[in-house]
Amino acid sequence: MGQKYSNLVKNAVGRMVPTEVNGQKQIPFQGIGKYKPDARKYGPKIASCVDFPEDGNKQVASLKEALVKAGLKDGMTISTHHHFRNGDLLANKIFDIAKELGVKDLRWVPSASFPCHEHLIQYLEDGTIHHIEGSMNGPLGRFASHGKMKGLGVLRSHGGRYQAIQDGDVKVDITVIGAACADLFGNANGLYGPSASGLLGFALADSQYADKVIVVTDNMVPFPCIPWQIQGNYVDYTVQIDQVGIPEKIVSGTTQITKSPDRLLLAEMTAQFCLEAGIIRDGFSFQSGAGGTSLAVGDYFAKIMREKNIKARFARGGSNKYLVSMLEEGLIEYILDGQTFDLKGVQSMADNPNHVWTSPFTSYNYHGKGNFAGMVDVAILGATEVDVNFNANVVTHSDGLLLHGIGGWQNCLFSKTVILPIPLFRDRIPVVLDEVTTICGPGELIDVIVTERGIAINPKRKDLIEKVKDSNLPIKTIQELKEEAEKICGKPAKPDFDDELVAVIKWVDGTIIDSVRKVKS
Amino acid sequence: MSNKIATAGNTGKKVRSDCFVTLELKDSGGIQIEQKSKVQVLYGKVNIELCKDILKFYGIENAQLALEDKGALPLVIAARVEATVKQLIDTDKEYLLNFIEENNYTSEKEQFRFSRLYLPGNTPSMMLNAGIHDPNGIILDLEDSVAFSKKKEAQLVVRNALRGINFYGAERMVRINQFPKGLEDIKYLVPHNVHMLLVPKCEGAEQIKELEEKIEEIKKQHNIDRPVLLMPIIESALGVEKAFEIATASENVVALAIGLEDYTADLGTRRTNEAVESFYARTRLVNACKAARIQAIDSVFSDVGDMEALRENVKVSKGLGFEGMGCIHPRQIKVIHESFAPEPDEIEKAKKIVNAFIDATEKGLGVVSLGTKMIDPPVVKRAEKAISLAINLGLISENWREEFLNNEE
Repeated sequence: MGQKYSNLVKNAVGRMVPTEVNGQKQIPFQGIGKYKPDARKYGPKIASCVDFPEDGNKQVASLKEALVKAGLKDGMTISTHHHFRNGDLLANKIFDIAKELGVKDLRWVPSASFPCHEHLIQYLEDGTIHHIEGSMNGPLGRFASHGKMKGLGVLRSHGGRYQAIQDGDVKVDITVIGAACADLFGNANGLYGPSASGLLGFALADSQYADKVIVVTDNMVPFPCIPWQIQGNYVDYTVQIDQVGIPEKIVSGTTQITKSPDRLLLAEMTAQFCLEAGIIRDGFSFQSGAGGTSLAVGDYFAKIMREKNIKARFARGGSNKYLVSMLEEGLIEYILDGQTFDLKGVQSMADNPNHVWTSPFTSYNYHGKGNFAGMVDVAILGATEVDVNFNANVVTHSDGLLLHGIGGWQNCLFSKTVILPIPLFRDRIPVVLDEVTTICGPGELIDVIVTERGIAINPKRKDLIEKVKDSNLPIKTIQELKEEAEKICGKPAKPDFDDELVAVIKWVDGTIIDSVRKVKS
Repeated sequence: MSNKIATAGNTGKKVRSDCFVTLELKDSGGIQIEQKSKVQVLYGKVNIELCKDILKFYGIENAQLALEDKGALPLVIAARVEATVKQLIDTDKEYLLNFIEENNYTSEKEQFRFSRLYLPGNTPSMMLNAGIHDPNGIILDLEDSVAFSKKKEAQLVVRNALRGINFYGAERMVRINQFPKGLEDIKYLVPHNVHMLLVPKCEGAEQIKELEEKIEEIKKQHNIDRPVLLMPIIESALGVEKAFEIATASENVVALAIGLEDYTADLGTRRTNEAVESFYARTRLVNACKAARIQAIDSVFSDVGDMEALRENVKVSKGLGFEGMGCIHPRQIKVIHESFAPEPDEIEKAKKIVNAFIDATEKGLGVVSLGTKMIDPPVVKRAEKAISLAINLGLISENWREEFLNNEE
């Protein structure tokens, strides 16, 4: 796969990034909206019906047979998706098979990885997997952070992954799509069956652009599988296995609003800010996540909307029981769902025509003719660190370890107002700093930082500053917040990095916004 | 010197913002420090420096110290190390970090005490963000929430918290231990701008007098002239009987609180939601307080999940004449403040009365009247109190009268 990386240059946010990664040429981040590729989309091979069973039955006996038929060999790019989250059983199986077949140097492109994929560390060590392009959570991130991966990790947002596959930055040889429900032809959805997860949006790009597409399910239904979130016309092989996911680890029946008084306070302050800034008004829209604080913000929104008789046109996001109850109560007209977090969400998507499944293509893709993210009035997101220039980090911790993926975070930065409710410090670790360890989002897209000790508004949002200037909200400068954090925690030392890179962070347009360095052990 | 080992602090999976220190004095080998810290990369070096400095301060030259750190602030690490030192050597020296200037504010006899948030004295993680929830007061508790074996180290944590944690304007209270043990607590409190001491299980004026003598002694040693206010807690049948005597024991007694768990135990009955069993005690305490012109403060409401029940409870409490209540969870604070706040019609009535009073004063009239009705001075006073409360809670503006007069016209 060529050299791990070479030729570091300084990009538009002042970070040193390589111009070649795993043998592929790269473009350094040039600024928001600056880079526009002059090219055509990647074209997968033209298929012919002739090569497929006339009766539409594409089922093969096993996942192994499907992979062999798909031509699995050294150096290929294999993609999977995280609809089953920490209950995913497929990715581990795929690489068990690759190992059994003696295949080497695979590039794994998951839409996200979870702690359940710790199993794959052995294959990173023995050379079955060369490197990962996708989020690296927990154990895999730790492995990569210590420089143990053969290739360089590449992290992309959900929208960035769609863009990369569409543009041909990542050419997927074989994709394996796990589905809760499918037919023999390959139509599939995530709605019905023991492994129901809601939708299959993360697999859309792979189904459209991969050379070989395998659909695997534990709930094979007679044609037609309705709705066909994945269309069988893209699919080469279908496979039925006993179990694709562990239900209780896929969706939680118990997504709960945080009980932490500090986080509730953050959520309340965030909702109050949105009210005072005029963001919560009839017909508005918001992005909602599944974190405890994010759920609580939604709950405070609901309270305000009920009191003031306000209705939202739509909420975008990870759906959950709280969002669903807002939909059912009539506080929201539509849920545009990218990822369903609990069983209530799955149920609602199956039953309620106003609960609509979306994909990274419709919601996030930067190289499309627009996307939904920009139409959202307010996105409430998290961060591991923020700096005095409002740059934010979501992938590394202050000790330098790469422990999280980007998810849809970068994509959501394009909403009209971006608010990050974050504690000023976590167990003595300051969250507002002089400089973030890794820039995942440039400060010019981040508008408001809400901490329990004050709210900082990006100076370029004069409109917001004006709107809340007479409120009782504790408005401070970001510099003041940083100093307050340091006063309480002490000035933190910088982590000791090796010069060696372990991963790069892609921006939504495919350019490189930052690099992650190896931590010294 | 015989080799001995001492430990202090908290450890375990759920522990945050705290540390566990093990100290062993040695005969030779210098100072050896072994650190396992969650924030090693960011603060590992300064933690080691701090530990070394404390050992040096106590003249310890040979020792092995193990620091298991879960993101403790320096003031916590210092308290833990000092606690281990004091188990091994006999010393009165105190290792004090900076007293932060934000903690220099004072408290008044007459101020709102709707909410006071209890914080276990040996659990620093709960103290750090207590002030941001905006309680009227915070109580660093040395009594019931601290295990018997942890009493000594809690004194040091509370002292360091009074010096180094910003409680953002909340009245700085400490609940000391019961008599006579509580008398040993106060040297760790009085020199560090404690505003008020809560005196548990108070059963007579002599206890207050004894406590005050001890406070005066410490104040003299440290050249302190501001008062230390007192809130005795009545938690027994005898205490209830002596409520007025206690309320008038000193001018520094500004409120009495009632503790219902212990009181009902003393009665040999059980605490119920309807609280019929404590009705006498509560009204008796309120009466004693009003007679002594001090505040009557209610017990805590212990179901932290049920905000509606809390709201109802506060309404009853307010109705009986209580002017505040304890909180054991920050989310109770807002509900308590809202519920003690004057109701809209109460405020409207108060506006009319206060306006009439100002009118009468301006005209030099001795009698205040509203329409055909004469208004007695205590009614005016209560109305004034409601108005200042409403202003304080942001329910009306400070210039309410301008608006009021405009509307009258």
